[in-house]
Amino acid sequence: MSAVAAPPPSQAPLAAPPPARDITGPSALGGGARRFANLTWMIASTDFRLTYFGSVLGYVWSLMRPVLTFGVMFLVFSRALKLGHGIRDYPVLLLLNIMLITYFQEATGASVTAVLNRESLVRKMHFPRMVIPLATVLTAAFNAVLNLFAVFIFLVAYGVNPRWSWLGLPLLLVLLTAFTCGVSMLLSSLYVRFRDVGQIWSVISQVLFYGSLVFFTIERIPGIGLRRLVLMNPIAATLQQARHWIVDSHAPSTAQAMGGGLWWMLPLGIGALVCVIGLLVFNHEAPRIAERL
Amino acid sequence: MSGYVAIEVADVEKTFRLPRQQIHTLKELVLHPLRRTEHDELHALEGISFTVEAGEFFGIVGRNGSGKSTLLKCLAGIYHADSGRIRIAGRLAPFIELGVGFNPDLTARDNVIISAVMMGLTPRQARHRFDEIIDFAELREFLDLKLKNYSSGMQVRLAFAVMVQSDSDILLIDEVLAVGDAAFQQKCLDVFYRLREEGRTIVLVTHDMATAQRFCHRAMLLERGKIDLSGDPAHVARRYLELNFDHHPEATPPSTALPDTDASDSPDAEGRLERARILDVWVEDDAGHRVDSLGDGQRIHLHALVEACAPLEPPRILLWIESPEGTRVFGADSAVESPLASGEQVHMHVDLANPLAHNHYSIGCSLTPDGSQNDILAIEPKAASFMVYSTAVHHGLVLIDHNVELRRQPAPSEVASG
Repeated sequence: MSAVAAPPPSQAPLAAPPPARDITGPSALGGGARRFANLTWMIASTDFRLTYFGSVLGYVWSLMRPVLTFGVMFLVFSRALKLGHGIRDYPVLLLLNIMLITYFQEATGASVTAVLNRESLVRKMHFPRMVIPLATVLTAAFNAVLNLFAVFIFLVAYGVNPRWSWLGLPLLLVLLTAFTCGVSMLLSSLYVRFRDVGQIWSVISQVLFYGSLVFFTIERIPGIGLRRLVLMNPIAATLQQARHWIVDSHAPSTAQAMGGGLWWMLPLGIGALVCVIGLLVFNHEAPRIAERL
Repeated sequence: MSGYVAIEVADVEKTFRLPRQQIHTLKELVLHPLRRTEHDELHALEGISFTVEAGEFFGIVGRNGSGKSTLLKCLAGIYHADSGRIRIAGRLAPFIELGVGFNPDLTARDNVIISAVMMGLTPRQARHRFDEIIDFAELREFLDLKLKNYSSGMQVRLAFAVMVQSDSDILLIDEVLAVGDAAFQQKCLDVFYRLREEGRTIVLVTHDMATAQRFCHRAMLLERGKIDLSGDPAHVARRYLELNFDHHPEATPPSTALPDTDASDSPDAEGRLERARILDVWVEDDAGHRVDSLGDGQRIHLHALVEACAPLEPPRILLWIESPEGTRVFGADSAVESPLASGEQVHMHVDLANPLAHNHYSIGCSLTPDGSQNDILAIEPKAASFMVYSTAVHHGLVLIDHNVELRRQPAPSEVASG
């Protein structure tokens, strides 16, 4: 045979072909816990850095919002309406409450459009879809932790003595975060289908702010029935417990304010229910999110 | 090739239901809970079945809306196929476009890490390979520049570098070579060659037929969600052009007239039973002498001698001429009309006019079962070579019979002054 060029040597044949697996399309979770965690962390920390280091005053600005809200609230409710009358360390309580609910509002508000904002990623990359709402919550959580440092500085400066019960805060944050994640999953997946979810949520979010014991205390609410109703809201329950543990140990805990017994399980159960519903809805929507964008 | 199936697609269907009147809001849903919306069904993919072997460079071509991107998204796991099965062996790159997840407000340094993590590396691995990635992209001096200040070509360079380092066995790529300057495009092409050599499996969606023919061992043409033709990229490209410029696709029945795979450059899998052999390929001049050079205008006689090593269904023999750049200048095929007995030989002779310009050419030969698209009996990509010499100056690859006309016209200024 004349001048037959040998075919280019291919790479040394693999010892065994890698195992085949089925491609079943996108899902909410899946793809390995490690990759899930890496992606969530990467996206959240990137977003966080972008807001903080994007401008010189990044952190100042993100702290300004709750602080300004606090300033206005403080003037209106404490000075004008005298809501703080007779409540121990009212300014500290108000600041703590605002920081906590700001976390919830920021996270859920951002997660409404989270999937849509990452359209190019969703349409062009295979990854567990749940990363998106969770990363959005995580970004807000980074913020919240920084803000809480500011709260504690204020707390000590105001003259509140550190107590062991302060260590309960991480537990409250975990519960609040779980609830926030549930709501975020629900919102981010529903928004892809229904574009009025944004408006609806901003109204609900407002109602939650005024109904969640942010600037008034449980003592203002007449009757145990109404108090139980208000504290069924997981956010109100969290704020009440935070008040008891962190600001004023004489204030009733959530369980006490609900009249003892197992009533305190109610907000916990509602929070868990929202989490499960959010998870189920997101899981149901996840395979087709990319098509619906 | 490593000799195993990397991608197996069986009967994949994908239908998009497009509501005529979409309920966009919860309000509408609540106000009209019983309204049934009518849907238009768009069959994006119907009955798609094919396999890609490990190490193969597989092209998916088709016109806009033919379903090629949908298919790629199903392969990547971005879309959920309605029915059918997709099996993948090996690490699959999770993205279908370069630079997914790049953030213009971050520096190249950060973007490299982020995008490597998105591709499935751990942050530690990503930092470990950082230097290699940057060196490949040749962007070391711009490391701390924000990506928004990069030119589009530089961005692709960076994205490409990350992709190459991402350890994936199987890459799915949707139109990459559209951007980047000429030098970088050349670099991309070099990388493609390297990936091919390394035995990585690549599925490339493109409507650039030159790219498809240049790189793909095999190509598949999609038309309205169905496989129109699959096999030799040159045939597929021809068919694609027919579809594009000839608006009567029915007039040229698919698949029947056009054959076969030959997967140029790809050696047969090791260990596979040899069914046929290409014994010899050579060139003769008009006088019937074996030559290795021809003057321009002298007719070319291509010869091939093949042998069946086992009883063989009627095979189809293809002979082609390739320029040094790897461009297939010419090809001719024919099918043997009856089955071959073991040891039986076939001599093929192709006689053609010589339009070739002064250059060095190689001849390839392949043997495929007639009618099958996925099998190669024997292939020799560079079985022989010859030289075409010419004293005339050539301005192109081939000489095509032509006329030149020059006509003098008076300059406008002369007319004005006169």
